[in-house]
Amino acid sequence: MTLNELVKVIEATVVTGHEKLDTTITGVYVSDLLSDVIGHAREGQVWLTIQTHVNVVAVALLLNLAAIVFTAGTGPEAETIAKAQTEGAVLLTTKLSTFETAGRLYLNQQ
Amino acid sequence: MTEPHVRLEIPVEGNNFTAAGEAASRVKKTLQKLGIDSTLIRRVAIATYEAEMNIVIHADAGKIVLQVDADGITVLAEDRGKGIPDLEKAMTAGFSTASDRVRAMGFGAGMGLPNIKKCTDYLAIDTEVNIGTKVVMKFNYPAAT
Repeated sequence: MTLNELVKVIEATVVTGHEKLDTTITGVYVSDLLSDVIGHAREGQVWLTIQTHVNVVAVALLLNLAAIVFTAGTGPEAETIAKAQTEGAVLLTTKLSTFETAGRLYLNQQ
Repeated sequence: MTEPHVRLEIPVEGNNFTAAGEAASRVKKTLQKLGIDSTLIRRVAIATYEAEMNIVIHADAGKIVLQVDADGITVLAEDRGKGIPDLEKAMTAGFSTASDRVRAMGFGAGMGLPNIKKCTDYLAIDTEVNIGTKVVMKFNYPAAT
């Protein structure tokens, strides 16, 4: 699945990284504990979280994640958006709950 | 195997969550420029990030020092701060002394030092209460195939 397809599946809004939406994702990781993500998320995955502070961008960049999706109507803080723009990270938001988001992505994986 | 010799020293500020992760990011970029194996870079980056966050969360100030030489990669994380009173406890997954504020950010899950241990080939922690902590992490190059 590409990020473009993912955006449609989970009815997401693209906050940053419009130019990177043809990236093919390698999977999805769901967690709000940063150390858990750091230890277990894999390169190219999309990360679902409700953590919106600037440190999530550092984690995503360190692991070469494809995108961060802020679920359940949460959205990145201004500082988070600024850092993502500077460093080239993809940020998406969705109103869907984390469960619904993960569920739709699970059903649509190939 | 001839590896370039590199030494990079990066200061880390305690309690500065905005800059947190910069040291690990610079370490990662430096290793990428040197053409180091990407799996190894991932391990070094994760361990460095966790060590850097430990300084940000728990210490007053500190530094990360990256050293790349023929034997392998060494990352030193050294801080001035409160130190670790019970190192054995601190190494236990799930144990943390982080504040509620820090936990609400998704840190302080008690996974930092266990993550570091998992990623390193050699780990030594030297700590003194109310003085500070010194963490030495070493990484071997992958065996030549």
